[in-house]
Amino acid sequence: MANQVDTNRRRFLIAATGAAGGVAATAVALPFIGSMLPSERAKAAGAPIEVDVSKIEPGAMITEEWRGKPVWIVNRTQEMLDALAKNNDNLSDPMLQVTSQQPDYCNNPDRSIKANMLVLVGICTHLGCSPSPKLQPGNDMGADWTGGFFCPCHGSKFDLAGRVFKGSPAPVNLVVPPHKYVTDGLLVVGVDAQGEA
Amino acid sequence: MGKYMTSVLGWVDQRFPLTSNLKAHLTEYYAPKNFNFWYFFGSLALLVLVLQILTGIFLTMNYKPDADLAFASVEYIMRDVSWGWLIRYMHSTGASMFFVVVYLHMFRGLIYGSYRNPRELIWLFGVGIFLVLMGEAFFGYLLPWGQMSYWGAQVIINLFASIPLIGPDVALWLRGDYTVSDATLNRFFAFHVIALPLVLLGLVVAHIIALHEVGSNNPDGVEIKKHKDPVTHIPLDGIPFHPYYTVKDIVGVTVFLMVFSAVLFFAPEMGGYFLEANNFIPADPLKTPAHIAPVWYFTPYYSILRAVPPIMNSQFPGVAAMGLSVVIFALLPWLDRSPVKSIRYRGNLYKSWLAAFVVSFIVLGYLGTKPSNVWGTFGADVAIVGGADVATVVARIFTLVYFLFFVLMPWYSSRDKTKAVPERVTA
Repeated sequence: MANQVDTNRRRFLIAATGAAGGVAATAVALPFIGSMLPSERAKAAGAPIEVDVSKIEPGAMITEEWRGKPVWIVNRTQEMLDALAKNNDNLSDPMLQVTSQQPDYCNNPDRSIKANMLVLVGICTHLGCSPSPKLQPGNDMGADWTGGFFCPCHGSKFDLAGRVFKGSPAPVNLVVPPHKYVTDGLLVVGVDAQGEA
Repeated sequence: MGKYMTSVLGWVDQRFPLTSNLKAHLTEYYAPKNFNFWYFFGSLALLVLVLQILTGIFLTMNYKPDADLAFASVEYIMRDVSWGWLIRYMHSTGASMFFVVVYLHMFRGLIYGSYRNPRELIWLFGVGIFLVLMGEAFFGYLLPWGQMSYWGAQVIINLFASIPLIGPDVALWLRGDYTVSDATLNRFFAFHVIALPLVLLGLVVAHIIALHEVGSNNPDGVEIKKHKDPVTHIPLDGIPFHPYYTVKDIVGVTVFLMVFSAVLFFAPEMGGYFLEANNFIPADPLKTPAHIAPVWYFTPYYSILRAVPPIMNSQFPGVAAMGLSVVIFALLPWLDRSPVKSIRYRGNLYKSWLAAFVVSFIVLGYLGTKPSNVWGTFGADVAIVGGADVATVVARIFTLVYFLFFVLMPWYSSRDKTKAVPERVTA
């Protein structure tokens, strides 16, 4: 009697122990996986930034850092703005149908709040390099270049509204970050009327 | 003295299987007697592994895994630490030589069918070693915190961000920050110096245990265990690994160390292929270097990534193709349907495909080091490819050949005209 094994009972106990152990192992794994997420300090460092844009010359660009990424602010001239519509046939998404790339208040032909003031996250939507500004028409980009940005890593091209040209490896337009103007010349990046990004 | 040693050995053997293990893996491990040049690279890979671990330990004594200090600490090692330059160059040269040796080792497996039944698991452990090695190289490359370190990591982590739905969260989790930052550097250091080396050592042990279980293949691709001495049960074509192959491998090690030292002392940067010029500039998160390319051993896969165009507004297809181009090696044991293992008895059909694959690998590797406009563009009047970069079109063709080598293998390997395989090993 003592030597007889109740195999059903043994199998049940093995399965139950295994299941309980599996649950426990998962529960223990979660803190370790969670520890690799951005820390509270990293999150705090992502706070909005204030930029004085009143001193940017027409046709010039400045670069600021927000969440460790470059943010470009270009004070576009009237010629630059007029040239935007010329590119529409050569762009992947001229009508801004991928709406995740800009806030609703920038879903307009200039992709901006103030027509002249372009605000972009300077990170290529392909694999995250920072494109080089090629703001002037022509030059080394070819005769039909109307000004924009060129990514040195894999050759993506963007116009002066951050819209991607057809044939680029980048699939979608550059991101316009959430931003607002506190006063006429003081821009805040990372926060808008809807709250912090 | 001899008597004393014997009694010590006896004492140990009663408590730990020392003698029996030495016999099983060295003095009574019978390897085929016809090993040739291609059989040096397994033991050489082990040598480089030891070298990397040893030099790595000494580098960690002075390296600082901190975004503010990392770049300067590497320069400190190079300029101020006694012999620091030597140890660091040994480590960086070792990284490239590791891939040289492993690629040749894998090519040996390819031409002699070493992945075929019953050695599938050896091959799978080997593919695992290759993947971990790529991880080691990638994580280690961030540590000097130069421009190429930074932007290389940025691009590779963003590959994960292209995975549909979960991608951006996975990338955030891998970085531990919104960009590649101090948090990323710190964790890559942890992966590079402890997590992956432990996995690597485990896989290497599994690779060798599996090899010694089924026995080594050889250039003829015949099983030496089929013909054993009726009395001793030793394979007739087998010779003990020690002393025969230990001595042979010492010759290989000597020649290898000559090549290694030549690179180490005369061309440690190897014209920008082993250590890239841009990596001597500290990481700048706001400025991408004008031309970025991975280190040479990743360039074939990088070319494949660039060659595949975005589909449905997503670059994921290119990323998937790149991943597949690496892991597809794992399927070889089941793709190859040839009745013979070794290239010696295969027909021209297989040889042609293998040659096409080798050419593809080399051309893709070369193109991966260059910008995509290196060969200019086709004129607008050229049909179909008008206006496209020549190099991109060439990369697309060779990407296709690369994958067809694997995908069509069940077909061409089975209908290939093979020669008769001898019963015993030949030379």
